[in-house]
Amino acid sequence: MLPANLTGHIQLTLVAMVLGVAISVPLGILAARVGWLQQFVLGAAGIVQTIPSLALLAIMVPILAAINLQSIGYLPAIIGLTLYSTLPILRNTVIGITGIDSVYTEAARSVGMTSLQQLWRVELPLALPVIVGGIRTSTVWVVGMATLSTPVGATSLGNYIFSGLQMRNYTAVLVGCIAAALLAQLLDTLIRWLEQGVRTRKRVPVVVVLLIFGALYSWAGASLIPRWFESDTRPITIGCKTYTEQYILSEILSRQIAARTGLETTVLSSLGSTVAFDALRAGDLDVYVDYSGTIWATIMGRDGTSQDRDEVLHEVDRVLADAYDVQVVGPVGFENAYVLAMRRDDAAAKNIRRISDLVRHAPRLVMGGDYEFFGRPEWTSLRDQYALEFESQRTMDASLMYQALAQSEVDVISAFSTDGRISAFGLTILEDDLAVIPPYDAIILVSNRLRMENPKVVEALADLVGTIDADQMRDMNLAVDREGRTPAAVAADWLNVLRPIPPR
Amino acid sequence: MIKLEQLTKAYGDRNVVDQLSLTVKRSELVVLLGTSGCGKTTTLKMINRLIEPTAGSVCIDGVDISHFERHELRRKIGYVFQQVGLFPHMTITENVGVTLSLLGWSDTRIHKRVVEVLELVELDPGVMRNRYPTTLSGGEQQRVGFARALAAEPSLMLLDEPFGALDPITRDRLQISFSRIRQQLSLTAIFVTHDFTEALVLADRIVVMREGCIVQIGTPRDLITKPIDGFVKRMVSTPIRQAKVVEALLASGGAV
Repeated sequence: MLPANLTGHIQLTLVAMVLGVAISVPLGILAARVGWLQQFVLGAAGIVQTIPSLALLAIMVPILAAINLQSIGYLPAIIGLTLYSTLPILRNTVIGITGIDSVYTEAARSVGMTSLQQLWRVELPLALPVIVGGIRTSTVWVVGMATLSTPVGATSLGNYIFSGLQMRNYTAVLVGCIAAALLAQLLDTLIRWLEQGVRTRKRVPVVVVLLIFGALYSWAGASLIPRWFESDTRPITIGCKTYTEQYILSEILSRQIAARTGLETTVLSSLGSTVAFDALRAGDLDVYVDYSGTIWATIMGRDGTSQDRDEVLHEVDRVLADAYDVQVVGPVGFENAYVLAMRRDDAAAKNIRRISDLVRHAPRLVMGGDYEFFGRPEWTSLRDQYALEFESQRTMDASLMYQALAQSEVDVISAFSTDGRISAFGLTILEDDLAVIPPYDAIILVSNRLRMENPKVVEALADLVGTIDADQMRDMNLAVDREGRTPAAVAADWLNVLRPIPPR
Repeated sequence: MIKLEQLTKAYGDRNVVDQLSLTVKRSELVVLLGTSGCGKTTTLKMINRLIEPTAGSVCIDGVDISHFERHELRRKIGYVFQQVGLFPHMTITENVGVTLSLLGWSDTRIHKRVVEVLELVELDPGVMRNRYPTTLSGGEQQRVGFARALAAEPSLMLLDEPFGALDPITRDRLQISFSRIRQQLSLTAIFVTHDFTEALVLADRIVVMREGCIVQIGTPRDLITKPIDGFVKRMVSTPIRQAKVVEALLASGGAV
């Protein structure tokens, strides 16, 4: 009926808001009466609020994994959103109740109310407009923040925004943003009507709004409940990070598994990089594609100097199996390395071919990197080993980085070697002459749980090993990034034309 | 019968009310009179336990009030104060019937009683019943305040400057109404004011207070004719002088 992204978004928002109100209003009432608790509760909620919202959601993943709960998907998103919703509701509940003129509380006591009767009959009704104001603020915040639950594996309108940004599909980005804005407006208006109806005791608007909420909830609940009951027969869950190649690869994995085993599959797209690995370790994700160099540098903390491609693969294989309960099925066949890229004409004019040539010019150049790049060990190695020092560094979304380079807003960017946009934008890749950056073989990783429970799936995946070379991957990326085809269509084509083993 | 014995309230080392003893007989109206800060309101609020005494006791009909649950005690005592404190989210009917609903009366019984008390305080129930407090004038609001206090037929009324915020004409009308109701219901009441004229008009007995202690207790006539000291004398002198001015004006202007 409605697109899954919208359904998911409404579910997240409604559930988080109900939990938020159920926690914050009673806590606020308590805090309004107990001085020290008020300081503590408002302080704690304030601290939660200062955590950047994406970080708040992402941090739930390792925490939930550590206590053996579902680490990606609805649970981390709901917990994060609920925490985030508390401050405005708490604060307004406290202010609403403590701000009541003492004339009314004295009157309430003098007519013989117990303190509970005083709360129900006088304080809550008088504080209602202020409390509802807090709930409305909170609702708008949560609708907005729920778009950020995509990277932790919950389906939301953020799926449009994240994948749209990656694949330069700005219509999708707009659809996501506008839908979120409309949803926020709708919920805000419904709550306002409800409050006005209650305050002026008009039965019709109250009943109408309650019916609408009832319908929304029962529908949200109806599509949530089967999810919980089916936890035993969960579909094979495939992870996917936030760039084009990952969208295509996850579709290939998904289609391959479905075709070969007949099992149901689902793709969690736009996951954060470490989110995917943590979730795989915890067994909440069954399979995804990562890169040997990333595991090598980020997870294992090794530095990358002069490592042989096979050696790194072998070592990653061994360490993941021994220490992380993660199984490497095998390399896909291509390498997607972090490389430094420049405009071809600019590099030619400055006579730069290798990173060593860049060092001399760097103090007058601006370096652009994706969200992760400047925080990654590879960057530290590059900077230290080559003694690179740029005029400035700018972090930006990977999809916007190429545009920025083409328009000379930055001079050097961190790029992926398989990215079709390298040739499309006429860029030159600089040779890593000191071999600082480790090899980045794309490797298929599966959880131990999948290996135990579904060996057939691992077999199906093993047939993909060594089937995609760098040129093929680059072409597929380009088909999505430049020709505007969908990752699903590109993946389907690849499997149809090049499927190494026909389906049974 | 209300009996205050050695009643004391201390804030820090200052006794706001200092060992005050007083007996109020059934159907009697006693006025606590004094300047602001003399402890009259504190004394009043210790009777319905809005304030708990530091020492001493209050007995109503021989029972120490500390033996009651606070909310149950207050349901038997009518309380009217200057700011009125009608609940703005409740209709007049709900405001007047609030104590009755706390006592568990049925809606129909509450409605019947609300009509009675609204008529008693000279408000038209048909007009008033479903209105909200903010749509009423100050005088009407205080009449509703009286109705709320009287609804549960309290054995005792406590009044804390109930007419203090009203203009003189409205105040006069309400005083007249109150005197009539008081006679009609034989109310026992303790009435706090700083207005000596008001005390003279309403009181059976006046208790003059200063710095938490009683200076003099007597009928209005006693205080005028036999003021115990300079303080009481000064207090009495203002209304007497005003009365004389009015009398003189009437005399010089001839027959009215």
